[in-house]
Amino acid sequence: MTHGGNGNRTIGVDGLARVEGEGSLRIEVHDGQVVDVALEIFEPPRYFEALLRGRRHTEAPDITARICGICPVAYQMSACAAIEAACGVEVDDRITALRRLLYCGEWLQSHALHVYLLHAPDFLGCADAVELAERDRAAVTRGLDLKRTGNLVMATIGGRAVHPVNVRTGGFYRAPSVAEVQGLAEPLRRARDAALATVEWVSGFEFPDVEGDYRFVALHHDTNYPIESGRVVSSDGLDTTPAGFADLVVEEHVARSTALHARLAGRDAYLTGPLARYALNQATLPAVAREAAGRAGLGPVCTNPFRSIVVRSVELVVACEEALRLVAAYEPPEPPARDVPPAAGAGTGATEAPRGLLFHRYVLDAEGFIEEARIVPPTSQNQLTIEADLALVAAGGLDLSDADLSWRCEQAVRNHDPCISCAAHFLEVAVVRS
Amino acid sequence: MNGAERPTLAVFKFASCDGCQLSLLDCEDELLALAGAVRIAHFTEMSRTRVEGPYDVALVEGSISTPEDAVRIVEVRAASRRLVTIGACATAGGIQGLRNFAAHGEYLGTVYAHPEYVSSLETSTPIADHVAVDYELHGCPIDRGQLLEVLTAALAGRRPVIAGHSVCQECKGRGTVCVLVARGTPCLGPVTRAGCGALCPAVDRGCFGCFGPADTANTESLGGRLVGDGLAPADLARLFRTFNANAGPFREASLAQERVAVSLGSTRVGPSRGVGR
Repeated sequence: MTHGGNGNRTIGVDGLARVEGEGSLRIEVHDGQVVDVALEIFEPPRYFEALLRGRRHTEAPDITARICGICPVAYQMSACAAIEAACGVEVDDRITALRRLLYCGEWLQSHALHVYLLHAPDFLGCADAVELAERDRAAVTRGLDLKRTGNLVMATIGGRAVHPVNVRTGGFYRAPSVAEVQGLAEPLRRARDAALATVEWVSGFEFPDVEGDYRFVALHHDTNYPIESGRVVSSDGLDTTPAGFADLVVEEHVARSTALHARLAGRDAYLTGPLARYALNQATLPAVAREAAGRAGLGPVCTNPFRSIVVRSVELVVACEEALRLVAAYEPPEPPARDVPPAAGAGTGATEAPRGLLFHRYVLDAEGFIEEARIVPPTSQNQLTIEADLALVAAGGLDLSDADLSWRCEQAVRNHDPCISCAAHFLEVAVVRS
Repeated sequence: MNGAERPTLAVFKFASCDGCQLSLLDCEDELLALAGAVRIAHFTEMSRTRVEGPYDVALVEGSISTPEDAVRIVEVRAASRRLVTIGACATAGGIQGLRNFAAHGEYLGTVYAHPEYVSSLETSTPIADHVAVDYELHGCPIDRGQLLEVLTAALAGRRPVIAGHSVCQECKGRGTVCVLVARGTPCLGPVTRAGCGALCPAVDRGCFGCFGPADTANTESLGGRLVGDGLAPADLARLFRTFNANAGPFREASLAQERVAVSLGSTRVGPSRGVGR
């Protein structure tokens, strides 16, 4: 290992830890300048777009859930939205509300996993949450309690925490009873307190002084913080439908990655996820979440990627608050699903996975068989921006030892909660100083 | 804490969705106790710490679908005293095993503009096709209660107590009315391994086979009944052909129904064009 300094070096991390999936990172430094960064994704390709061809339209939610065990609801919801758009079906408000409640469960589970088990150990100098628990067991226990509540919501509404079984095109197989749903209220109230404590806890971490120049892209909804639906908006004025957005996204296949890299036509790299959602949806942030953000020192826009952990924690509050509102207002949809008769045509669906915008587009034939499928996960969309972050963080950290610079670069990747399993559809890290 | 005296646990990932290893992190009530009972020596999704083998127990998630992974699994086996595969990908090739029914080149070109950049095998196969496996835990995803039983048993040096009977017995156990008999809903419960707790019939849905074939799965008998009730052979073939498509009895059943479907003029079984290789 070479020592820190402004010479030439290569820093590499093989097998990036505490991310979902397999990837690596390489940073090349020449004459004290960062000349190349690459996020390499080795996750074996699984060919979902191909294997969906010839399947029935009703099969897309269960098959695409298997792209990601961390955010299966995101896949199910985007698939349902796309298929329903293709078939010209609109679901009623009660079904939409129940979908949003299920999705809140996934945000809770996934964000609690990332904040406590994957990301917080970096800020506290720990290898993992087990080491963190030796120092602060109460914190890790609080995180696990939040995660358990997310899983409870998913199991109650979806039938199972990983790969829920109760979701279908048009709605649900069975509407949970009012009593089952109201049983979630007490755990969710405790989770909201834990989420507020989380915001306070992470706001006390030390953050490297880094500001990214981001083009944010997120869903936007007039009355609700965006989760299961909305128009697609950007920080530089884009405002379009999911279908219009899909037409703008250009995906490139590069040698170092089994994930496709996405750019916006005429605009280039962009960032989706908590930072983008938060910046573009201040108006619909629930009051309790906005107040927590204020106490944590977050302005209306956060461009320090390391502070994404604070924004993600604010979104834990959002998920609890929204879930509580939906639980209190719950009326079982009758019937639990709308029919989705097959129709020839194309449909696009976009929803906000915990780690960012996920869209699906399907072309169906008249019998409902899938002729074409296009699935664009958040990590593919964020990959160019994550590489830009790496260049920025590496350039600001050249005085660090290789070991410390590697760790900070790993952290720069984890800032965006990449899901490599989704992206290959991605992580290992190398810093090269020559 | 003295890590040297505790047995070591390693978790390895191959082609998969991460859902089964997430099931380990989903053991919220037991995770910290588990971390006290074993030394987590290699678990990339959870920790930066990586301790060299040998490992006392290795959990392997995912299927073998690249030339590199076919080599890596041999190294993992060599470093592991007990190797336990977890989930439908590791035990049956997973949903990505649908490629085994189609021409691989056709898939690669559908997803990637430059197939030459991608290193991938023509098949996705279970771990046991490549190395000796000490125990297979089924499910898409696995059940975390069963995972804890398998870990406890592996650490105690005994066989896990996991039932091999069908989902039907779980429905009877929880008092769920049979969706197949009462409503004619196509259901793979009679031929699917128990373990999930019969979740689907409990939400008024037929079982779709996440846990793979039960020990004595009579797929022919069930197939006859479902077709007799009006299910098209192509749809039945598709029902058998999901996450456990390459598990013996399900594979044979889907190919048999596909042949019937083709003889009836249907070519849309998915993913293959015509009868599988």
